[in-house]
Amino acid sequence: MITFHLNGQPHRVAADAHLSVLELLREQLHLTGTKEGCASGDCGACTVAIGALDANGELRYHSANACIMPAHQLQGRHLVTVEGLADNQQYLHPAQAAMVECHGSQCGFCTPGIVMSLFTLHEEQHAAPLAAPLSPERLEAALGGNLCRCTGYRPIRDAALAMNSIDGHRPLWLDATLDDAQDNQHTDLDEASSRFHQPHQLNDLVRLRAAHPEARLVAGATDLWLEVTQQLKDLPRVIDTTRVSELQQIEQGRDVNGRPGWWIGAAVTYARLEPLLNKEYPTFAHLLHRLGSAQVRNRGTLGGNVANASPIGDTPPVLLALDAQLRLTGPKGSREIAASNFFIDYKKTDLAENEVLSAIFIPASQTGRQLKVWKLSKRREDDISAVLGAFAWHLEDGYLRDVRLAFGGMAGIPARARGAEAALEGHSPSPTVFEAARKALTSDFSPMSDVRGSADYRQRSASALLERLRLVIESSTHAQTTQEVMLHAYAH
Amino acid sequence: MRTLTDLPAPQPEQKASQPAQNTGRFFSGASANHESAIKHVTGRAAYIDDLALPANALHLAVGLSSVAHGRITRMDLDAVRSAPGVVDVISVSDVPGHTDIGPVFPGDPIMADGEVLYAGQVLFAVAAESHRAARQAVEKAIIEIEARPASLDPVASVTAGDLVRPTHQQISGDWEKAFADAAIVVAGKQFVGGQEHFYLEGQACVAHPSEDEGVMIHTSNQHPSETQKLVAEVLGIPLHAVTVETRRMGGGFGGKETQASPWACLTALIARRTGRSCRLRLPRVDDMRVTGKRHPFHNDYRLGVDAHGVILGGDINVIGDCGYSPDLSDAIVDRAMFHSDNAYSLGDVRVTGHRARTHTASNTAFRGFGGPQGMMVIEAAMEDIARSLGEDPLTIRKRNFYRDGRNTTHYGQTVDQTVLLHELVEQLETSSDYWQRRQAIQEFNAKSPVIRKGLALTPVKFGISFTAQHLNQAGALLHVYTDGSVMINHGGTEMGQGLHTKICQVVARELGLDLDSVRITATRTDKVPNTSPTAASSGADLNGQAARDAALKLKTRLFDFAAEHYHLDRETIHMKDGYLIAGFGESERRIAWGELIQTAYLSRISLSEKGFYATPLIHYDRARGSGRPFYYFAFGAAVAEVSIDTLSGEYLVERVDILHDVGDSLNPAIDIGQVEGGFIQGMGWLTSEELKWNDRGQLISNGPATYKIPTYGDLPATFNTRLMEGHPNSMASIYRSKAVGEPPFMLGISVWAALRDGLASLNGYTQAIPLDTPATPERVMAAAEAARTKLGHTTNEGHSNGH
Repeated sequence: MITFHLNGQPHRVAADAHLSVLELLREQLHLTGTKEGCASGDCGACTVAIGALDANGELRYHSANACIMPAHQLQGRHLVTVEGLADNQQYLHPAQAAMVECHGSQCGFCTPGIVMSLFTLHEEQHAAPLAAPLSPERLEAALGGNLCRCTGYRPIRDAALAMNSIDGHRPLWLDATLDDAQDNQHTDLDEASSRFHQPHQLNDLVRLRAAHPEARLVAGATDLWLEVTQQLKDLPRVIDTTRVSELQQIEQGRDVNGRPGWWIGAAVTYARLEPLLNKEYPTFAHLLHRLGSAQVRNRGTLGGNVANASPIGDTPPVLLALDAQLRLTGPKGSREIAASNFFIDYKKTDLAENEVLSAIFIPASQTGRQLKVWKLSKRREDDISAVLGAFAWHLEDGYLRDVRLAFGGMAGIPARARGAEAALEGHSPSPTVFEAARKALTSDFSPMSDVRGSADYRQRSASALLERLRLVIESSTHAQTTQEVMLHAYAH
Repeated sequence: MRTLTDLPAPQPEQKASQPAQNTGRFFSGASANHESAIKHVTGRAAYIDDLALPANALHLAVGLSSVAHGRITRMDLDAVRSAPGVVDVISVSDVPGHTDIGPVFPGDPIMADGEVLYAGQVLFAVAAESHRAARQAVEKAIIEIEARPASLDPVASVTAGDLVRPTHQQISGDWEKAFADAAIVVAGKQFVGGQEHFYLEGQACVAHPSEDEGVMIHTSNQHPSETQKLVAEVLGIPLHAVTVETRRMGGGFGGKETQASPWACLTALIARRTGRSCRLRLPRVDDMRVTGKRHPFHNDYRLGVDAHGVILGGDINVIGDCGYSPDLSDAIVDRAMFHSDNAYSLGDVRVTGHRARTHTASNTAFRGFGGPQGMMVIEAAMEDIARSLGEDPLTIRKRNFYRDGRNTTHYGQTVDQTVLLHELVEQLETSSDYWQRRQAIQEFNAKSPVIRKGLALTPVKFGISFTAQHLNQAGALLHVYTDGSVMINHGGTEMGQGLHTKICQVVARELGLDLDSVRITATRTDKVPNTSPTAASSGADLNGQAARDAALKLKTRLFDFAAEHYHLDRETIHMKDGYLIAGFGESERRIAWGELIQTAYLSRISLSEKGFYATPLIHYDRARGSGRPFYYFAFGAAVAEVSIDTLSGEYLVERVDILHDVGDSLNPAIDIGQVEGGFIQGMGWLTSEELKWNDRGQLISNGPATYKIPTYGDLPATFNTRLMEGHPNSMASIYRSKAVGEPPFMLGISVWAALRDGLASLNGYTQAIPLDTPATPERVMAAAEAARTKLGHTTNEGHSNGH
C-alpha cells in the first residue's frame, strides 16, 4: 500500500510495482487533468508537483514527470495536480489566472503541465520571496521541460512574469505539514509479497541487492522507467534507492588518494547537487541545465547517470576529467575506484552483481586548475548529446599540465582521449601543439553514426571543441584579446 | 410552476443615458480569451483519452510492420489472441466493407493486405481490457515478411517514373528566352526536410456502438465528415448510421485532416464486432512511425536575372516525397508550385511539380500544405542573386516584389494588394532598424573570426482558399433557446487556433449580444452535415461566414416579428448590448433580448436557423495550369538576427521582428498567438527538427528524445510581433479579416535566411552558401567549413536526402 497526500487529502492505494504516478492518477483515481504526451519524460504534459520535507523540515514542492515516476515513490509525499490548484474549484491559482490573462493556452493539452511548472516556480518564490528575481535563465530552468507546439512560448513567458502581480488564490493546504513518520510506513514488512522495496539504510539496500539479483535498482527512474512505458516491461522486482539515508548525503571528505573534496551520495538529485557545483565548478552546474529539464533534474541522480553507463550520459565525461572516484558497496564493505576504471564496455561496468554504487567523490576545485564542459546537441535544452567534451588542465609556467580530455558520444563508453592528452601534456598551448592533438584525436576514437549525428560530424565537432579549447586558453592568457569564441548562451 | 418559457430574473432595463457596461469588449475584433481557457488551465478541458467510458470498454493497440516493403508470408496471431485480457484481434480479412480508406484517391489499405508498403504500416489491431494489455499482446505476434527492395530516394523515384500522381506544370510565357536575355543565371539544388506534426495529443478516438447498425464516434479530428464517410464505407452501412463528434483537439496542424480517420475506422469496427465501447490512442512512438509528415522536398532552380537582379524567368522543379500513397499529395505539390514565387514576380517561368512515391508513411497536410517548401526555392535564389551582384539580399528581394506591371503570378492570378506588401515591408524595415543593424553586424563580423552574426528579412505572400474548389463551402446551425441563450454550431473544428472563439464573436456581434450569451457546442456530423476539413487556414473565413449567414437570417426574422408585434419602425431596428432598439431619442424603444425571444417563442416564431457559405470567384484550369485558385492573399514579413558559432555550428536566434497582415483582425490576441506560434513552428522545421530514417526505411527519430521541436529556450530573447493596421481585406471576407493559421509559419524562413547571411560573411559576402534543412548544428558546421574553404560556383549541392 502507498500512503500519500493528494491535493490536500490523505490517500492510501494499492499499486503494481510498474504503475506510474500518471497511470495511478488517470486510470485508478480518474483524475484526467494530468496528460500523457510522450510517456518518456520528454514533453512535460504530465508535470505534477511533489511535496516533500527538506532538510529543515519545511514542506517544499518540486516538479516531476508523472509518466516516469513510480507510483510507489509517492510514499509519504504530497502529490499536487492541476485539479488541486483552483481553491474550492472556484478561485484560480495565480499560475492559472496568469495563463488565462496572457492567452497562454491554445490547444490546451500541454497547459496543465505548464501550469504545474509555473506553480512550482510560484512556490519557490513564495518560499523565498527575496531570492533572485525571475531572470531569463531562471525562467528557462523552470519551463524548459514543457513542450508547447502551439504558442511559441511568448505568452507563457509573459504569464510567468505576470504571475506574482496577479491576484489569485493559493490553497492553504499547501502549507500543511506532512507527518514525517509516514515516510517510513512503506517498509518491507511483507517483503515476501512486495515487489517494490524501499529500504532506508544502506545495509538493507545491500542485503536486498544480494537477495534479489533479478531486481532493478531505481532512483529518479528517468531512464529505467522508459523500459516500463516504452518497452512495456513488467519489472519483476524493484528496489528504490531514494530513501536510503546514506545515499542522500553530501559529505566533505577525502578520497583514497587524500585529495579533499565531496562525497556525493548516489541518490542525490541533480537539483540538490547544483548549489555545490555552482560554487566549485560552475561549468558543471551549467551542464546540469542542459542535461535535462527541471522535472528531470529534480528526480535524476548523479549515481544513476554513472551506474547506467550510457555512452552518451552527460556527467561521466566530466567525472573522468575531474578524476572522480566511485565508492562501491557490497556485503563485504566498500571499495573505491577511479571513475576511469569503472566503465569497461558498452553498458558494462566494474560493479559486481552484489554491489551498489553508493557515492561519488568530486575533488574540490583548485586554484589554477581549469575545467570546461561543452555539449553539442540539436537543441540547446533537454536534448541528448551528439558529442560532449569535458576538459581539465592547468598551466604551469605556460605549459599544459595534467591534461584530461574526456568525451561522451565518441565511443561505446565515456572515455578519455589518451592520444590527444599526450599531444598536449607538457607543451605550451600553441596552434601547432593543438593541431597535433586534433590529429591524435582521430586515432583516439572511431565514433558511429546515429540519429543525433554522423560519425564524420562527431569526429569533426570533437576536433572543433579542441580548437575552441585552444582559443579559450589563448584568450585567457592574452588579456587584450576581446574576440568572442563562444555564443553567450553556451559560454561557461 | 416552471415552464419552457421561464426566464432568469428580469434585469432592469437601462436608460439610454447610461450605456450598458458591456461596451463591445468581447465583440468581434476584440481580444476575447479562448473559449476554453479556464478549462485548459484547470485540467477540465476533456480530450479523447479523458472521456469516461463504460466499465466494460475495450482498449485498442495496433501491430506495425518493421519492414518498409515486402510480402507478408506469415501472420500468426494465436499468441496475441490468447494473451491476458485480449477480447478481439482483427486483420484486413475481418473488414466487412471497403478496405481502401484513401481519402481522395485510392491507395490506403486500412490494414496491410498481403503487401507491406512502409515500416510502420498497420498489420492488425488488438482489443483488450486495458491499454497496456493490448500493447503487450501486440508484441506476441509472429510476423514474417519477405522483404523487397525499398524505394527510399524520391529523386530516383521520379527518374524511374514511380509517382503517386501525374506530374503537373505551370508555364507562363517563353521561359527559355529568359536565359538568353539574362545578365546572369543563378542555379541551385536544395533539400528541404519534412516535419513531424508533434501535436501534443496523439491520434485518438472512441467508438460506441449505437442503435441499429450504427456507431457514435468521438475523435481528435480535423475532418469529421470524411471520417463519417470512411467509417460507413468500412462497416458497409449508410452515412446516417454514423455520427462523428469532435469537441477539441490537442493540436492538429494538418496531421488530423486525413490521418485521424484510420483509427476511427478500426475502433468502429471492433466496437461493432464486440458490441462494446472502444478507445484507441496511439502511443507517441507508434504515432510518429505510422502517420505521415510534412513532405520532404528536393527542389532545383535555374533563373535568368537582369543586371539589377530582377528575375526575367527560368525553370523550377519541385519534387515532393509523398510516401507510399497519394493521400493529399496532389494538392500539396500543387501548393508548393503555387508558392514557388512567394512575393516575387517570376517573369516567364516553367514550374514543374513531381509527386514521388517512396516506401515511407504517406506524407500529408501540415500547416502551409507544401507552400513553405515551394517558397524555399525562391528565397534561396534571392540570396544567390544578391551575392552574385554584391547587393544586400533585402534590396534584391524588394526589387523583385510584385508591383504594378509585374503583378500576375505564373498561374495567371493577379496580386491586387501589392501596395500592402510594399508598405508592410517598409514599416518593418524601419521598426526593426534593419539597415543600422546591417551595418553593425558587418562591423562585428569583420572583427570576429569565430562568432558571426546574420540578418535577414523575408516576406510571405500566401494564397487563401482550398485549391480543391468544392471544399470552399461551410454550414452552421444556430439555436436560440427560450431563456435567450444562444448555441452556435458549425462545420469547423477547434484545434487550439481559437476558431470557436471567433465564431462566437461573429454571432455575438451580429446579434448584438455579450459573448457570454453565445456558446459553441462540439462539432458533430448530425448537426452540420457534409463539412469540409478545418484546414487551409479557412476555418474562420468559411465557417464565420456561414455562422453570420445564420445569425443574419434569424435576426431578420426577429426584426420582422418585432416590427409587427411591437409596432416598431422596421427601418430603425437594430440589436445592441443585448437589446433590440428601435426609433430615436424620445421615441426610442428598447426590448431586452430575453423578452424578445420569449415573446417570439410564444408567437410561434422559429428560433433556429442554418447558415451556408460558398467562396465566390475562385477557379483553376488544371489543363492550362492557370486560373484564380485563391480568393485573396495574406502577407507578412519577419526580420531575424542570429549569432553563429562557425566552429561548432551552434547558433542562437537573438532577435525577431514580425509584422503580419490579418486584414481587420477578428481577435488580435488570438491572431498574434497564431503568428508567434506559426513562426516558432516554422523555425523549428528549418532548424532543430530532423527526421531520420535508417537504411531499412525505419524512422529512427520516433520520439521527443530524438526529434527536437523548439522548447522554451528557443524563444528569441527579443520577439516583437505586430499586426499590420489600416489594410482591411480587399475581398469581402468575414468582416474584412484574413486567414491566419498557415501564413505566419513561413515567417520562420527568415531564420534560415539569416543563417545563410551569417555564413556568407565567412567569404566576404561574395558567395551564397548552400544550406539544406533542417539547418542542424551539424549542417551549419559543414556549411561553415565549406564557406571557409571552397570558392567558386553558385550551384548548390544538396548533401542529404534525409534518409
